[in-house]
Amino acid sequence: MFDFLITFFPRAVAQGIPLLFGCTGEIVTEKSGNLNLGIPGVMYVGGICGVIGSFLYERTLSDPSQINPVLGILIPLACCILGSLLMGLIYCFLTVTLRANQNVTGLAMTTFGVGVGNFFGGSLIKLTGADIPSISLTATSSLFRTTLPFAGATGWFGQLFLSYGFLAYVAILIAIGASFMLNRTRIGLQLRAVGENPATADAAGINITRYKYVATCAGCVIAGLGGLYFVMDYANGIWANDAFGDRGWLAIALVIFTIWRPGASIPASILFGGLYILHLFIPTGTDLAIKELYKMLPYVVTIVVLVLTSTRNKRENQPPESLGLPYFREDR
Amino acid sequence: MQVTKPAVSMHGISKSFGAVQANKNVSLDINRGEVLALLGENGSGKTTLMNMLSGIYYPDSGYIEIDGKRVEIGSPKDAFDYGIGMIHQHFKLVNVFTATENIVLGLKDKGKFDLAAATSKIQQICDTYGFDVDPNQKVYDMSVSQKQTVEIVKVLYRGADLLILDEPTAVLTPQETDKLFAVLRNMRDDGKAIIIITHKLNEVKDISDRVAVLRKGEYVGEMVTSEATTAEMTNMMVGRQVTLNIDRPDPEMKYRMERIRVKNLTVKNREGVTKLDNVSFTAFTGEILGIAGISGSGQKELLEAIAGLQPVESGSIEYNVDDEQVEQLIGMDPLKIADMGVVLSFVPEDRLGMGLVGSMDLTDNMMLRSFRRGTSPLTNRKESRHLAELVVDELEVSTPSISTPVSKLSGGNVQKVLVGREIAAAPTVLLSAYAVRGLDVNSSYLIYDLLNRQKGNGVAVIYVGEDLDVLLELCDRILVLCGGKVSGIVDGRTTTKNEVGLMMTKLGGGDDQ
Amino acid sequence: MIHVVKRKEMPLAQSVAIRLGVIGVALVVCGIITAIATGLNPIGVYATMIQGSFGSPRKVWIMLQEVALLLCVSLALTPAFRMKFWNLGGEGQILAGGLASAACMILLGDKVPNAALIAIMFVASVAAGALWAAVPAFFKAKFNTNETLFTLMMNYVATQLVAFYVIVWENPKGSGTIGVINQQSSAGWLPTIAGNKHLLIVLLVALLTVGMYVYLNYSKQGYEISVVGESPSTARYVGIKVSKVIVRTLIISGALCGFAGMLLVGGSAHTLTTSIAAGRGFTAVMVAWLAKFNPLIMIGSSGLIEFMSHGASEIATTYGLNQSFGDILTGIILFFIIGTEFFITYRVVLSHNKGKSVEELG
Repeated sequence: MFDFLITFFPRAVAQGIPLLFGCTGEIVTEKSGNLNLGIPGVMYVGGICGVIGSFLYERTLSDPSQINPVLGILIPLACCILGSLLMGLIYCFLTVTLRANQNVTGLAMTTFGVGVGNFFGGSLIKLTGADIPSISLTATSSLFRTTLPFAGATGWFGQLFLSYGFLAYVAILIAIGASFMLNRTRIGLQLRAVGENPATADAAGINITRYKYVATCAGCVIAGLGGLYFVMDYANGIWANDAFGDRGWLAIALVIFTIWRPGASIPASILFGGLYILHLFIPTGTDLAIKELYKMLPYVVTIVVLVLTSTRNKRENQPPESLGLPYFREDR
Repeated sequence: MQVTKPAVSMHGISKSFGAVQANKNVSLDINRGEVLALLGENGSGKTTLMNMLSGIYYPDSGYIEIDGKRVEIGSPKDAFDYGIGMIHQHFKLVNVFTATENIVLGLKDKGKFDLAAATSKIQQICDTYGFDVDPNQKVYDMSVSQKQTVEIVKVLYRGADLLILDEPTAVLTPQETDKLFAVLRNMRDDGKAIIIITHKLNEVKDISDRVAVLRKGEYVGEMVTSEATTAEMTNMMVGRQVTLNIDRPDPEMKYRMERIRVKNLTVKNREGVTKLDNVSFTAFTGEILGIAGISGSGQKELLEAIAGLQPVESGSIEYNVDDEQVEQLIGMDPLKIADMGVVLSFVPEDRLGMGLVGSMDLTDNMMLRSFRRGTSPLTNRKESRHLAELVVDELEVSTPSISTPVSKLSGGNVQKVLVGREIAAAPTVLLSAYAVRGLDVNSSYLIYDLLNRQKGNGVAVIYVGEDLDVLLELCDRILVLCGGKVSGIVDGRTTTKNEVGLMMTKLGGGDDQ
Repeated sequence: MIHVVKRKEMPLAQSVAIRLGVIGVALVVCGIITAIATGLNPIGVYATMIQGSFGSPRKVWIMLQEVALLLCVSLALTPAFRMKFWNLGGEGQILAGGLASAACMILLGDKVPNAALIAIMFVASVAAGALWAAVPAFFKAKFNTNETLFTLMMNYVATQLVAFYVIVWENPKGSGTIGVINQQSSAGWLPTIAGNKHLLIVLLVALLTVGMYVYLNYSKQGYEISVVGESPSTARYVGIKVSKVIVRTLIISGALCGFAGMLLVGGSAHTLTTSIAAGRGFTAVMVAWLAKFNPLIMIGSSGLIEFMSHGASEIATTYGLNQSFGDILTGIILFFIIGTEFFITYRVVLSHNKGKSVEELG
């Protein structure tokens, strides 16, 4: 049993970290009243921008093993942040400044973002001239996958908790930070007020536009890091088109599942990661088709949570009251 | 206290929303160390004017000075920075937050974010003034009066210099009102400027130093409270009793019968607040029964209860088909009422929100009542088109065509469309709420004429109105509501404006029933 | 200071002109971006795009069929959107319908006559799609459960269900795909008309377009949908049962998505994969929204989207770019159009701090 845990748990975590990034980013965004359905696209953009940065950097090196560890991490990181930030700005400009419909804008962003990811991914693949349809950034990936030096020395404890690249810990820190920010700080209080009741927040002197912009852009940057983690750490630096799959939507499911709580999203994302890979651990001999039904679990439990919270009608468990609605002060 | 310059001066302020002019060239001074009562009928533009001080709206023209210096109040934040705090009639509270969280919302104190410290400071304020509010209670768990208290504590906590209260006592008990007034007096003596919007003249007498009066968006004058009588204030607010020369044919007594009998009707809203308290009356065929009262006294709930749109706590609403057959309307929805053969027409207060669909054209709006007719799965627009044309012709609706969305029409024309449709159904009961609100003089007279014709046809007309002059000249009898109770039913031909005005603000005083 | 105020009204001609102008500008921007990416002159870009969509009779037919399929899904979502119910579950409803069709083809392919099989497929796929939409609708009507999120989640439940059956019906075993169903007998394949396999789909969707236009604008149910969408309290005022209308409308919406699933499985792909809906459930949201939920205008907006995607695909093939290029161009065009609505609904007013002069912008 314990052996199973030692093999299962780290894989669930690795699978859960991109979801955790996406979920935390979307929670911060939704708390400002913006329902950003562009998150799947943003995560693609975050991933591909990191790939582009590191690809161009690795090309300047005659020997990839000579990679400068600081630059090797900072370049893809900066590219990823910049790309996701731009996506956030597009979304905010359209929905906040121009008050466009959030659902339509979000879906357009997803179309656009996935397109950007696959287009540049495909172009880079063509540049490398490789036979297989993927890009391999082993040198950069090895930097992202560097674990704590004493991870191997501490046995099962190290395997369970210390065997991850630094972005995994960043994800957890960001989730804890977001939880603290939302629940314990003045900014968090004001952000929640913007998402619940912008007219009230406005009357209290809170700059609605600024809060929505900052929260949504920050949310996009966080989500974009999930894309970067997926390529550089989880996928060993190998970009293949569409490899990221539907994880962006799973992150949005996670937001509902955790009832908009970034703290809860840490265990929940590992749980979802576990559900996602559970099929790999079903006893041999079981019908292979069953594993596809296992993959359905995260969505089914999300629906159950969504229905339960709406029937229970507990006020704290509802989506932010003005989620998805544009705000115009002089509407009457 | 040396008072040299007014704390705040508003100069020539105008503001309109689309075609509606809410304020027209209003100038107003507020001094430190005084309580100014802002008086005016519903829709006279008091709240809009104050919203421009608190940064919710921005004036179309005119300017604001604070301590003699010209300022721009572009947002609520600007208003805070100038020390202006407003307690809105509709609470500006976040439901899932505690009282404390709501109170500190938007504050930019230096240092650590410390809710515990804020809570104890709030507790202190509450103890000082005797407010009954638990700082850690969630707003959605609070009664209306507790929410109001939170709003007041919020402004006190911020230490505003200019305090604006929009009908703060409407939801408070007399004891709570007394406490509030004691606080306001203390604040006034501290040198703060206070504006209170209220309809209750006794409260104006009780708390204010000066009264400023608005009528139809315009400033009509002011007086020193101690030198004015309640009657003078009423007159200034409602204007002189003017003769409007509205026709009032005598009811046909031959066919007069009881049509709607409301007995002991009690209605609570969703928050559990009693909106109608043991209301009983009878509406007769061939008469116009007026309903007078300050807005929010239960008029809306009364009409919606009769129309089958409002759940009822207790009591009964009986509809007399004829002398023998009596139908109970409680528990029925509009469709069931219609299925019983009761033709009940309803012109609601919120025309585009409830009676009509703004984005649909005239024809489609005519169809709202009749679209189910016939067995075909398709709608038949022919009759509706005829009806639309008829209404446009007869009621002189000014519209480019009958294919124009009604939201593009002016308020008067929207109302003609709605009234026209409701009358076309040949109702036996016609309910109307604020039927002439926002209408020009000609349109108003047209509506009065239509109502009179319905009366002549033997319809029981119930007319909820706000303009007392109109009620006095149009209605056969007037039921006066005050705080959800019937304070009396008077004869429209013999009563006076003052009598009705007084009944609106306090119970009793009727002579009929 | 800048203030934003609602416009009173913009003449129809002006708003149409603005929208068309913006689409024009967006196309120019796309052309420039493509020119940069390919080194072509922009005129050549457009020529290639037109070539890709209309270059040969075969391309025209494929284009028409793709427009028809996208249009079918857009029409399906429209009744829900008119009611302000955000049905983002088109993808799942298509998959449910496609799954039902494939099940009939596989299980009954050699048991019943072809005409009966197609009739059964129709009933099954429509019912499956309807069920997939009725579940979120029921909870919306009963508990006001957020329909955007619920329908979204239903997509992935459907995806995994399809993935499950793809393996169950795997052919040949171990391939991980179903392969072409009934390749020999063509049982359950929609008939060709005069040897043209695309024509039937195009005709059916054309009929559906007219039918949906009539349903929404001339039927009693369509009228109820509009009233509920525009003003639930007016609906209550005239005695319309709002929750009944929500469930009924979503059954129609889901049923038509299921029908689209049948067209895909029985009419064009003749197989079932998890990606058979190919994002149409989402693209259709944008198509319907661009057309202001008017079925006739949707012919144009779905045509525009498919033109962009086929044109970009042609550019990609000709110049060795990635196929996803089309998504980027579509995204850019959508951003432009989405942004335009603001300038049609609102106007921006600049007021100077000192003077009273008010200057009006666009």
